[in-house]
Amino acid sequence: MVLCVICVALALIPLVGVVGYTIVRGAPVWSADFFTHAPTPEGIPGGGILNSIVGSLIIDGMAAAASIPLALAIGLYVSQSHSKIAAGIRFAADVMAGIPSIVVGIFAYGIIVNTMHHFSAIAGAFGIAVIMVPILVRASDGAFRTVPGDLGEAALALGAKRASIARRVLIPTAASGLFTAILLAVARGAGESAPLLFTAIGSQYFTASPMQPMAAMPLTIYLNGIQAYPTLQRIAWGTGLLLLLFILILSVAGRTASARLGRRA
Amino acid sequence: MVDQPEVASATLDALPPAAASSEPEPESILMLRKVSVSFSGKLAVRDVTFDVPEKRVTALIGPSGSGKTTLLRALNRLHDTVSSARVTGSVLLNGTDIYGGALHPTLLRSRVGMVFQRPNPFPAMSIYDNVVSGLRFNGVRKKSLLDEAAESALIAAALWESVRNRMTARAGVLSGGEQQRLCIARSLAVEPEVLLMDEPTSALDPQATRRIEELIDELSDRVTMVIVTHNMQQASRVSHRCAFMLMGDDRAGELIEVGPTDQIFGSPTDQRTSDYVQGRFG
Repeated sequence: MVLCVICVALALIPLVGVVGYTIVRGAPVWSADFFTHAPTPEGIPGGGILNSIVGSLIIDGMAAAASIPLALAIGLYVSQSHSKIAAGIRFAADVMAGIPSIVVGIFAYGIIVNTMHHFSAIAGAFGIAVIMVPILVRASDGAFRTVPGDLGEAALALGAKRASIARRVLIPTAASGLFTAILLAVARGAGESAPLLFTAIGSQYFTASPMQPMAAMPLTIYLNGIQAYPTLQRIAWGTGLLLLLFILILSVAGRTASARLGRRA
Repeated sequence: MVDQPEVASATLDALPPAAASSEPEPESILMLRKVSVSFSGKLAVRDVTFDVPEKRVTALIGPSGSGKTTLLRALNRLHDTVSSARVTGSVLLNGTDIYGGALHPTLLRSRVGMVFQRPNPFPAMSIYDNVVSGLRFNGVRKKSLLDEAAESALIAAALWESVRNRMTARAGVLSGGEQQRLCIARSLAVEPEVLLMDEPTSALDPQATRRIEELIDELSDRVTMVIVTHNMQQASRVSHRCAFMLMGDDRAGELIEVGPTDQIFGSPTDQRTSDYVQGRFG
């Protein structure tokens, strides 16, 4: 019993420690201006991280828009096929999910930034998408496989073609599992910094052009956090708290949805 | 539905009628000729030949492992989804070999429907959407057509009165027996010529079973049914003809005897049929 309590405490210390310390350091930084203004030039007080928030939304939005349809299609195929190709894809997704994100970053740099000859948000989105795809493939494969096989057969026996079975039976039946998969993948992608360091690089300015370097929350934390100036470090903590909350909300929402799915099944 | 051209076959004309009877026999809608099914080269059903008369109930009976369900699934090409499965011989639907290439499997399956062992309505769809799902799969969009088909299929499946006021509810709210009747309605809505039923009552309680059996009886004047059952009382209650199958020495299912249900249960010609229907094994 005592051992149990100690183990729970040990397990919770890192979580509570990180979240607690981030709140302590980040919460005092928050103000209306912090969320509604772009950064001010160094030495001028005020300013905020609006450009980072918008940048993260744009980069992660692009990454999600590119990776979700692709990865869900792959997940659907893998879940329905018993072929060696499907087994190979599943294995590749498992391996890909374990690739260090810094390597994904230098890969995105090599492929996109070197080709375009400049840093850009779209290169960042590419890096994040590479992180998200294997997570989505694995999770959507799992979600599609929870759909009982006899539903597909029932549809087949009504004269359905494969495409309409996918659209009208498999996707709606797996919907809540797919929703969970998407939330967790976006949460993972949104927290990644390494792929962005090589690609979106960060920016002091407000921009919505995917062809330009762009700020993003993980970059803002890194670039400000390593500075010697306390004002910049404060911005890093404030941004860290926002990113943490954003990801916690996505994770909790995703896991609640999957728990609800588990109860229903 | 598109009518398939009748394909005349000299070999078929030469074959004698499946059963001699004083009553005029109805036309055969399905003709199985030396149908074999194997999985990864291993034979599961061997050389089954018999005719299924139109608008009659034909029961496939026999002990577990005799290949009844395997044979049934060959009749609407459900084995196509299993890459290791191979079907040989021919299955003629109104004279067209369903494995001959002239009839696309999706069109075939809208003419030869199937009801499964476990009630399997689509869980993400409402009762209404379930009933019209087959029509939608086949491209029907017009609301008035769908409404009409839903009502008539639900009436035919004896479910209309109990669901007419909750058509938008999820199918999961229905009891097991009602779900199975919903699955039957879903199949009827596409107006199949043949309805295959794979032990349709094995997951149901006796009360629900009785209602499905009554329903099969009511439907027998509008659709041909082939029903797989373990339950011999059920076969004797609902079917006009019975085909008795048994596992051979090499574990492949074989057809032992086929004939009018009265004859199979009353005076079977094969000793093995007699032993089985009298409950001596299986």
